[in-house]
Amino acid sequence: MIKFLLMVNKQGQTRLSKYYEKVDIGKRPALEADVVKGCLSRKKEQCSFVEYKDFKLVYRQYAALFIVVGISDTENELSIYELVHNFVEVLDKYFGHVSELDIMFNLDKVHIILDEMIQNGHIVETNRNRILAPLLALDKMAEAH
Amino acid sequence: MALKIVKGSIDRMFDKNLQDLVRGIRNHKEDEAKYISTCIDEIKQELKQDNIAVKANAVCKLTYLQMLGYDVSWAAFNIVEVMSSSKFTYKRIGYLAASQCFHESTDVIMLTTNQIRKDLSSPNQYDTGVALTGLSCFVTPDLARDLANDIMTLMSHTKPYIRKKAVLIMYKVFLKYPESLRPAFPRLKEKLEDPDPGVQSAAVNVICELARRNPKNYLSLAPLFFKLMTSSTNNWVLIKIIKLFGALTPLEPRLGKKLIEPLTNLIHSTSAMSLLYECVNTVIAVLISLSSGMPNHSASIQLCVQKLRILIEDSDQNLKYLGLLAMSKILKTHPKSVQSHKDLILQCLDDKDESIRLRALDLLYGMVSKKNLMEIVKKLMLHVDKAEGTTYRDELLTKIIDICSQSNYQYITNFEWYISILVELTRLEGTRHGHLIASQMLDVAIRVKAIRAFAVAQMATLLDNAHLLTGNTQRNGICEVLYAAAWICGEFSEHLEDPLSTLEAMLRPKVATLPGHIQAVYVQNAAKLFATVLRGQEGAPADRTVAQETSQLLIDRLPLFVQSANLEVQERASCILQLVKYIQKLQQKDVEVAEEVTALFAGELNPVAPKAQKKVPVPEGLDLDAWINEPPSESESEDEGRKPKGKAVFAKEESKHTKPRYTEVDEKELAKRREVRKAEQANNPFYIKASPSSQKVYQDGVGVEHIPVVQIDLSVPLKVPGMPMSDQYVKLEEERRQKDKADKKKKDKKKRREKGEKGRRRKGDSGPESEEDITPAHMVDITTEEMPENALPSDDDEKDPNDPHKALDIDLDKPLADSEKKLPVRTHRPDEVLRSPVDDGEGVEVVPELKKKSGKEKKDKKKDKDRKKSKEEKKKKKHKHEEGENLMGAGSEVPVQSEDSNEVAAPPPATTTNEASDLDFWLSNAPVPSNPQEAAKVSEAPSASTPEAVSGMAVVPPDSEPEEAKDTEPEDTSSKHKKKKQKKEKEEKEKKKKKKHHHHHHHSDGAGDESVQNGNVEEEEPLPPMSNYALLAENSYIKMMCDIQGNLQDGSQVVVSVIFENKCDSFIKAMEFNVLDSLNSKLQRPEGAGPHDGLTVPFQLPPGISNEARFVFSVQSIVMPQKLKGTLTFIVKTDDSSTHEKLDFKLHFTCTSYLITTPCYSDAYAKLLESGDLKGSSLKLEGVSQPFHHLLARICFHHHFSVVERIGSCASMYSRSIQGHHVCLLVKTADQTVSIDAKCDEPGLLGNVLDEIKLTFSQC
Repeated sequence: MIKFLLMVNKQGQTRLSKYYEKVDIGKRPALEADVVKGCLSRKKEQCSFVEYKDFKLVYRQYAALFIVVGISDTENELSIYELVHNFVEVLDKYFGHVSELDIMFNLDKVHIILDEMIQNGHIVETNRNRILAPLLALDKMAEAH
Repeated sequence: MALKIVKGSIDRMFDKNLQDLVRGIRNHKEDEAKYISTCIDEIKQELKQDNIAVKANAVCKLTYLQMLGYDVSWAAFNIVEVMSSSKFTYKRIGYLAASQCFHESTDVIMLTTNQIRKDLSSPNQYDTGVALTGLSCFVTPDLARDLANDIMTLMSHTKPYIRKKAVLIMYKVFLKYPESLRPAFPRLKEKLEDPDPGVQSAAVNVICELARRNPKNYLSLAPLFFKLMTSSTNNWVLIKIIKLFGALTPLEPRLGKKLIEPLTNLIHSTSAMSLLYECVNTVIAVLISLSSGMPNHSASIQLCVQKLRILIEDSDQNLKYLGLLAMSKILKTHPKSVQSHKDLILQCLDDKDESIRLRALDLLYGMVSKKNLMEIVKKLMLHVDKAEGTTYRDELLTKIIDICSQSNYQYITNFEWYISILVELTRLEGTRHGHLIASQMLDVAIRVKAIRAFAVAQMATLLDNAHLLTGNTQRNGICEVLYAAAWICGEFSEHLEDPLSTLEAMLRPKVATLPGHIQAVYVQNAAKLFATVLRGQEGAPADRTVAQETSQLLIDRLPLFVQSANLEVQERASCILQLVKYIQKLQQKDVEVAEEVTALFAGELNPVAPKAQKKVPVPEGLDLDAWINEPPSESESEDEGRKPKGKAVFAKEESKHTKPRYTEVDEKELAKRREVRKAEQANNPFYIKASPSSQKVYQDGVGVEHIPVVQIDLSVPLKVPGMPMSDQYVKLEEERRQKDKADKKKKDKKKRREKGEKGRRRKGDSGPESEEDITPAHMVDITTEEMPENALPSDDDEKDPNDPHKALDIDLDKPLADSEKKLPVRTHRPDEVLRSPVDDGEGVEVVPELKKKSGKEKKDKKKDKDRKKSKEEKKKKKHKHEEGENLMGAGSEVPVQSEDSNEVAAPPPATTTNEASDLDFWLSNAPVPSNPQEAAKVSEAPSASTPEAVSGMAVVPPDSEPEEAKDTEPEDTSSKHKKKKQKKEKEEKEKKKKKKHHHHHHHSDGAGDESVQNGNVEEEEPLPPMSNYALLAENSYIKMMCDIQGNLQDGSQVVVSVIFENKCDSFIKAMEFNVLDSLNSKLQRPEGAGPHDGLTVPFQLPPGISNEARFVFSVQSIVMPQKLKGTLTFIVKTDDSSTHEKLDFKLHFTCTSYLITTPCYSDAYAKLLESGDLKGSSLKLEGVSQPFHHLLARICFHHHFSVVERIGSCASMYSRSIQGHHVCLLVKTADQTVSIDAKCDEPGLLGNVLDEIKLTFSQC
């Protein structure tokens, strides 16, 4: 099961965080900093899975942005690795060449996309069109106003 | 102009949206915190406005700030406001914020229940969707309970979009509210075959997650999943299903066999690496569960290993990592298959990625054999030298030791080599594992007797070169090794070539810079060496001077240690110093002392397993907790620090006998002793305190580190002179083996196994040799005495009791009872802990009796189910009962039981066997059934029809009302009493009351009282509603109802259940329940609470809500009724204020509340009356107009009696008090007059009970 998903840039600033397992809000920044440190320190030629405490981190780097997913050890690392890429592809499709700024300025929309893909720490949807359908409907609604 | 400004400012206020905030934060890099705090102030202003758009915008910004780590919990209420907006655009912002910020303890969550319910049922699918998504993040047990039904309905929504979300969130609901699992499961199962793949995948996800924790409950779904696996094309789903099978196969090996083929097919065909990886993992799991006796599966293992090899060889580091990870799983069961890839794994040790290297190291552990150990370790030693970064090097070090020492040094053939490896490892700079190396040295030296001479020589060299180890302060982790070295040299000093020089080395002034516990060992072992030297010299009188010089050396050097800051060192040194002085005197008189001195250290030390002490069984009749002497009074301050605990003393005493000597120098122990000593010294006015100068040193051993030490330049290679390099041994070993082989070939038995084959070279054939051929050069001493004689087997580690999944271990194969069809909607949260004793008591009571009657042998398992079941039911009934629903008369039901009970078989086992056999069928059939569902249906049919056959009342044909038939079937115990003729509507009500009157049904059965059966059911009118909950106290805010029940489990306890109902429009919180204890009755307070402290009621009450809490009282005498005064204090919180309020009440413990409904057979009852132990009393009630069965029901209900026998207008009844008093009643009625003759072994109790019965009837 997925415990959390983070988007952080190279400076270690959190751009998006979503927790699927309860983590005290007070403890989140520390956890994020620690997790990011673990991933940032790794070189390109190192593998994308990090054992961290009692769970695993799967991360992927896109330009200056890292996407880090914390998973329990029963989860298939590769499928999460592919899920991350799928997520980025959806973002790319919606924003068109997605960048860090897109994510910062449209945090709520990114959350909608993420919520369509992962719920409860489980993958719900991987089809790009179906993921984007609610968001597009929403955009239409906003235009109408 | 002014207007423009105003307009502008309004615009700005509207304009500062999320984008502006983000931009603003970026533009204020220097004073970010300050900028954000002004933003938060703005947001606070915005939240005060009525405009929902402004509010939503503010909440949106808060979500961003929350992500940055700012606490926004203060805005929780505003978030709820935005959530309830009717516009979706705002609503979703509210839900997003809620899902990010809310957690279980957010108290406004309870305000959202209705809003969420509304959104869930909204016609707009996105409203529903957003509510479901949000809920999955912040669902609480209360929300789960209240909304479970709504979400369950959504599982069958027309839109797949909603269905899949509803299915997924059910997992969270199950976790928070486990009671919902059984009712919801059939629908969840349906969703596995949903036409929409998304819904299907969601259902698979949920069941996978559930099954992983409690796999046995989901085994029956295997055929369904099997079908899904062979039909699904979605890799994500496939992965989940395959994972699920991995969890199921350990329980059902036949399933594993069935899986192998499709899985291997997938492995061959798939191009997705993630799927391949999952398949390989599951095949491995399957093969593990099939155990080794499956020769035909070696092909599958080979395939897996092959595929993994491809992964490991891949240039993608991720695949490499996963390949190694999976390989390590194979290694556990099929080490041979992995060993052939040793080359590849050794290659991975050179990888750039540390995580890959670590994984490869893990694999090495299982790959060593006698043959390749030296080679592998040699390679690792090379890595140790190269490794940068201490963590990896330390990891290597521990791995080397792990690999070598595994299974009692099984793979080590030459211990000289191992000792040299250990010695080489001591040259590692800055390692933390000095202690590990030391313990290995000690272990090997003690266990391998043949190696001692060599070990001692090596250790002596180490001691001689100790400055190399201690010289650099960074290296102090390694000085632990000296502890081992000193001890080995001392203990086995007879092997030392030159004990004198070693003694000299151990007494060098530099030693005083070592940590205290090491110095202590030095001092002690110096004495041992001294004894050896003396013994060596004594034979030759010419060398007497040497002996005397040795004594002088000790006398010269020991004072250094006598001044030590470490008490242990101090003590040992002064002791030995005195001893040596005395010996010196004797030597001067030419007395032979060697023998006496040697005798001080006589005896062998044996290894003792670390857990040995724990495993010594406590001798029979020994109570470790009992005081040997009278416990000392607490006021005695002398005992401070000595720990006057019987147990501790005992354990310590024991350990002294069994543990080897060196473990006595335990650092903690020393610290403790030191503390005690310090305290004593401080309190002793006669103790001369250390002078100020030495005071500085007089600290702990840690202080030593701060003493500046001259650094030694270590540019010189760290080759300790005279030490053999471990590499030599690799060569030597090779030769030895070849020699051994050659010897064997010649069958020259005389020449076998020589130890000192160094330097001899012989050519033998270099062909492959088998493991068995390699004989170890030294034998390891694994003595059986390491464990006490009757040591108990190792204790298993238990599951985490806090695991929420524990509550979900529910049997799902059992068909649902109709009471379970719908999720119970409760208004009270049950207080499980307190209630359970009462429930247990009754549940247990019912089952054996039934068993006896039906005369059928049921399996234990079944019995447990019954018990569980009856408990469940009871719980539900209780709720309904509490809600004050109608209770029907007892009499209306009484008659039917005995009729069926004789024919009652046990239907549910039939069902389970059916299901099981279905699975058996599926599993045993070689070809996969074309439609596993059909098979499943077949199994359902018989299970549905069983109840009729069984109940002996086949009134309802299975086709016409299969629903009912199915429903009744699982209600094991109660179904037997079910009266089929009764109309369906009645059933619900009956069940509620059934429990209460359970017992006397049995009695009428057991007594075989025909007269009851003859009674006409229709004649007997229903009873008016009854409730045991009586009003306790009430004011304008709150109402308290209470019920008092005896606790069967504990003869001195009474449980008071109080329903608190909030009558006002405000929130009631911080309720505290307190009672003024009497001598006889006391409220049980948590440990540590004072006798007058109140108990906090564990919930708060929103307006109009009621909830129940239980309080336990302990009572001494139950003969008299009791009244206790009490007070409830609470805070009433309105919008703008909160007030403290209180409500006084009087708890009335009637004698009835000490009685517990207990069934009794008529024969036992007769015996009881005949015994003559009971004293009688009687009571007459005039003018009772109610029917006899009502009367009996009332006595049963209000006074906890059960009917033993009823004949016409005469009935015998029985009850028992919590302290075991029997109370028997004979109730007769004639012309509105009821006479009750009663007998009891406690007349006082009886009198009071009768008075109470009288009161009951005078009130109605």
